Amino acid sequence: MDYFAQQLINGLVLGSIYGLIAIGYTMVYGIVGMINFAHGDIFMIGGFIALISFLVLVSFGLTAVPVILLIVLLVSMAITALYGWTIERIAYRPLRHSFRLAPMLSAIGMSFVLTNFSQVSQGARVKPVPPIITGGYTLHEGAAGFAVQLSNIQIVVVLTTIVLLAVFTWIVSRTRLGRDMRACEQDQTMAALLGVDVDRTISMTFVIGAALAAVAGMMYLLYYGLVDFFMGFVAGIKAFTAAVLGGIGSLPGAMLGGLAIGLIETFWSAYFSVEYKDVAAFSILIVVLIFMPTGLLGRPEVEKV
Amino acid sequence: MSATSARPSPAPPTSGAAFIFKKALISAGVALVLFSLMIGVRTEAGPQGGLIYWTRFGDLAVLVATVFGGSIIVELLRQWWGPVDSDRFVPKPVQTAMAFAGRWLAPALLVFAFLIPVIFYNQRYILDLSILVLTYVMLGWGLNVVVGLAGLLDLGYVAFYAVGAYSYALLATNFGLSFWVCLPLAGILAAFWGVLLGFPVLRLRGDYLAIVTLAFGEIIRLVIINWQSLTGGPNGVSGIPRPTLFGIPLDNSDDGLAAKLGIDFSPTHRIIFLFYLILALALITNWVTIRLRRLPIGRAWEALREDEVACRALGINVTTTKLTAFATGAMFGGFAGAFFATRQGFISPESFTFQESALVLAIVVLGGMGSQLGVALAALTMIGGFELFRGLDQYRMLVFGMAMVLLMIWRPRGLIGHRAPTVFLERNQAISSDLVKEGHG
Repeated sequence: MDYFAQQLINGLVLGSIYGLIAIGYTMVYGIVGMINFAHGDIFMIGGFIALISFLVLVSFGLTAVPVILLIVLLVSMAITALYGWTIERIAYRPLRHSFRLAPMLSAIGMSFVLTNFSQVSQGARVKPVPPIITGGYTLHEGAAGFAVQLSNIQIVVVLTTIVLLAVFTWIVSRTRLGRDMRACEQDQTMAALLGVDVDRTISMTFVIGAALAAVAGMMYLLYYGLVDFFMGFVAGIKAFTAAVLGGIGSLPGAMLGGLAIGLIETFWSAYFSVEYKDVAAFSILIVVLIFMPTGLLGRPEVEKV
Repeated sequence: MSATSARPSPAPPTSGAAFIFKKALISAGVALVLFSLMIGVRTEAGPQGGLIYWTRFGDLAVLVATVFGGSIIVELLRQWWGPVDSDRFVPKPVQTAMAFAGRWLAPALLVFAFLIPVIFYNQRYILDLSILVLTYVMLGWGLNVVVGLAGLLDLGYVAFYAVGAYSYALLATNFGLSFWVCLPLAGILAAFWGVLLGFPVLRLRGDYLAIVTLAFGEIIRLVIINWQSLTGGPNGVSGIPRPTLFGIPLDNSDDGLAAKLGIDFSPTHRIIFLFYLILALALITNWVTIRLRRLPIGRAWEALREDEVACRALGINVTTTKLTAFATGAMFGGFAGAFFATRQGFISPESFTFQESALVLAIVVLGGMGSQLGVALAALTMIGGFELFRGLDQYRMLVFGMAMVLLMIWRPRGLIGHRAPTVFLERNQAISSDLVKEGHG
């Protein structure tokens, strides 16, 4: 039981990170109708920028950990958001009204560009960082000497996710930008006729998605203590799996799907085999799509003839 | 999704030196922020295990200046070229010349392909490169059945390539079966896997289909890596037998081909044999595809690509249509995989990454989705271009990715994007695929 509780905590933390990435996928899919294949790599770039800005800040003599973390978070979000904006501008906007496959391939190309850009610019080796947030609580001391641990970093990850989700939900449901986004999602032409700046709204969607991915990247860095140039690919596929699982286009669905994927992966590694955890996650995706093609919270797609 | 032509505000001025300068300045500013940390600061694990960093502001300055200059050049080119979708007048003689070239390009390429071993007999490098290009031509033609004809977006095609390669490798090393027995087996096994993948994805469309096929490709690769007792895991399978000319080995032994024919042995013989083998396999793929397009099943594929709902309404069995497309495409992938295994003599999971799937898909889409000649040209361009940048080593994938983005922006419909009707009244007239609106496949 203790072991189960521990895995539950680990799974929820991992799931929060996946959920943050998945929101970027599902938002872009909802509005533009394309898989932003480069989104996983945006997450990776976010991790790298967090790492570099952290190093630079520490070498400047800053010691207060909360201040450093806050600055790193803001820098990482800002620069990564600009990456998202630039990619949309360069690779997706010219292809917006092109045929279905074109933006997808452009996105795959962009994903290669980002992966190899960070490999070339930062080297291929894994970059480790010492644990920055240490300590934690023992929730329950088991009989067999197994204790359920809740570390501070896990609390930070989950709290950050909850706060960001609250802010994000507020943006989508209460602000002008959020209303424009929902309008564009339903009907771009009509939204444009009613005075919504479609180009700007789509740009902002990419910016917000990239900023959330940057937070996920930073949380990943803090939680696992390393980044490398290839981590975006697998994390990206899993986050996309999460988005599909939750029902693509649905924001709560993305978070729910992220948590589900995180839990499945953690429990599978804990009770079955670590090697096949990715296989388990992908198999779940296939199984869910067979029986629930629209995901957990998605609306069925109706095709008008 | 229709064009959002209605803009609320008038378009800002898009010409003049001030505009260009302003745009270049913004680009340079964006580049400065983007690259400030990623290029300006280089991190590395230090000798004590901790991270160290050093700055590279020189590189950063050069890069930002390049972006500034490049932005000016791009903007000037754009103004000189005019708006992207403006119709450009093509003179009549050029049109006829292009039509002539279009008609004779395919036969000319074919004759050239047959003559390559004669012309470049002593240039091992060119022969190896030709074999590589032909392998991708074959993969492209195979995937073309699934993506180009049936319109099913498959991002995990490399899985079938892997199944074919491992089928041959394992059957040959464990049971000593010869290449010619394994080749059809590899195709059948791959086709079987194609059907197996096809079943769950029958109801899926578009991007869902793409992601499931991608997941499938990854599952196959992960299983190959982790099932060490069967596949050797990351170490791969080595010592895969070389192909024989129907039982006659191509080596310098006494019963080798050279000894039987009474000529001097040369390792080039085997290369040339491999060349003609893959050429034959590719041409079979092409021939089968062309024939299938004229059969009811091929027409059903193309109908499915254009509109699935209409297909159902006309009473086409969508299930069998999709499954046969998957199976046929997978079978050719399996053949290509078996060839790959016998050519390399060694295979490992590293050869079957998502990158390969993306490369083959890029070849098909760049080739114009459904055009056989286009796929061949695209494979030649992509693999040839890829080889040109071999010297750049680590920058190669970077350049490849950029090329992919630029090519998609330049020609979203591929190099040869047109639809050739299989049924026509009086005369056959191909139309540009820009005029075709696709359903969601």
